[in-house]
Amino acid sequence: MTWRLLFVAVLAVVAGCASTGDGDPRDPWEPVNRKIYKFNDTLDAYVARPVATGYQKVVPGEIRERVRNFFGNIGDVFIGVNNFLQGKFEDGVSDWARFAFNSTIGLFGIHAVATDMGYEKHNEDFGQTFGRWGAGPGPYLILPVLGSSTLRDGLGWGVDFFTDPLNETEPFAVHWGLVTMRLVQTRADLLDASRILEEAALDKYTFQRDAYLQRRRNLIYDGRPPREKEPEDESDKAEKGR
Amino acid sequence: MRATRLRRVASTALAAIVLAAVPLARAQDLPPDQLVKGVTLEVIDLIAKDKEIKAGNRTKLIQLIDAKVLPHFNFSAMTALAMGQSWHKANAEQKKRLTEEFRSLLVRTYASALAAYAEQKFDFRPLRAKPTDTDVTVQVRVLQPGAQPVPIDYSMEKTSSGWKVYDVMVGGVSLVANYRTEFNNVVRESGIDGLIKNLSTKNRSLEGAGLEKK
Repeated sequence: MTWRLLFVAVLAVVAGCASTGDGDPRDPWEPVNRKIYKFNDTLDAYVARPVATGYQKVVPGEIRERVRNFFGNIGDVFIGVNNFLQGKFEDGVSDWARFAFNSTIGLFGIHAVATDMGYEKHNEDFGQTFGRWGAGPGPYLILPVLGSSTLRDGLGWGVDFFTDPLNETEPFAVHWGLVTMRLVQTRADLLDASRILEEAALDKYTFQRDAYLQRRRNLIYDGRPPREKEPEDESDKAEKGR
Repeated sequence: MRATRLRRVASTALAAIVLAAVPLARAQDLPPDQLVKGVTLEVIDLIAKDKEIKAGNRTKLIQLIDAKVLPHFNFSAMTALAMGQSWHKANAEQKKRLTEEFRSLLVRTYASALAAYAEQKFDFRPLRAKPTDTDVTVQVRVLQPGAQPVPIDYSMEKTSSGWKVYDVMVGGVSLVANYRTEFNNVVRESGIDGLIKNLSTKNRSLEGAGLEKK
């Protein structure tokens, strides 16, 4: 319950920040976002990254794969729901078939047997569903702890959070154990990507933002986004606006 | 001109020996999807066999990419695309420097990505293009256990010296487009020379970090 309140509070605070009107039109809250980004980055450098690195070092790859599969399997339930909500019934059925096979033959999901049976893993969430329904991303948003988002994806994340099957786990210790485990696994899977980001970016904040926005757009269209308008036009506008 | 041809002949010969496989056709003659597949598999194979690279020798990995992968990239086209409007404001010398610096930044990024993905399986998608097309997208998917496959799309253009890559999209993120905002921001603040300096500083710092690790 406290988490839910916190989430609403955070959205309200961020949404209340006035637009500055200067800089990237997709990121009117950039000054605040940068502050939260810096906070997240510090938290990551001192807590999340060391823990994830340690996990990757200590736990053998095969076990990590089982852990990834286990949480991936739980996720497939609502990936299916989101596919249904987006009218992609075939994909939704496939996701639920994945869940059925992996949960049974795959021993509670630790073996992703359905992949070899031809049921491919999908990537869906409520942010993507809202996007599919026609919602634009809205302003770019850095959520505390969670990182890159947009107004639409932040709201979507809220729904993801409320519908997370792990919410039903009890007792308290088991619930938090599972939630922590999943966070560590997720961060460990991103270690390579975050190192590449460090190397590739001149300004990490901008690079990550643009990558996030491109990635989300691509995901909403399931890898086949329509061509965007010529980027030259945008830089022209930016020039004139100054 | 002769030197590049010699080098190409030498590398082809070397590849044939190392792979002990079907003799490779000259890169100019290969259709784009086969070129991507051939180069990817060759490089992955070379990495797998090289103990030093597997142990984390970045310099050697970068040399390998330099020799095998980079000849198939059109870096001046990539730099021009990443610069957008600002490209036209640069003079010939600045364009040359920008391309060089962007090239070495991309090589490092590519090396890190390759090192991360080298153990995964690749799915080379059949090319969906007409034989007369001169601008195509070659699709590769990296299959990772327990996760959605990562699509890698190579945008390629036919040139007189074979098919050349001018953009890479990883998971829907275009590398060239992703640098555009960054580059334009720097150019707006400190001009073309500022961007050259910025890129060069970044590259030097990465070189320094690479040396420390050894």
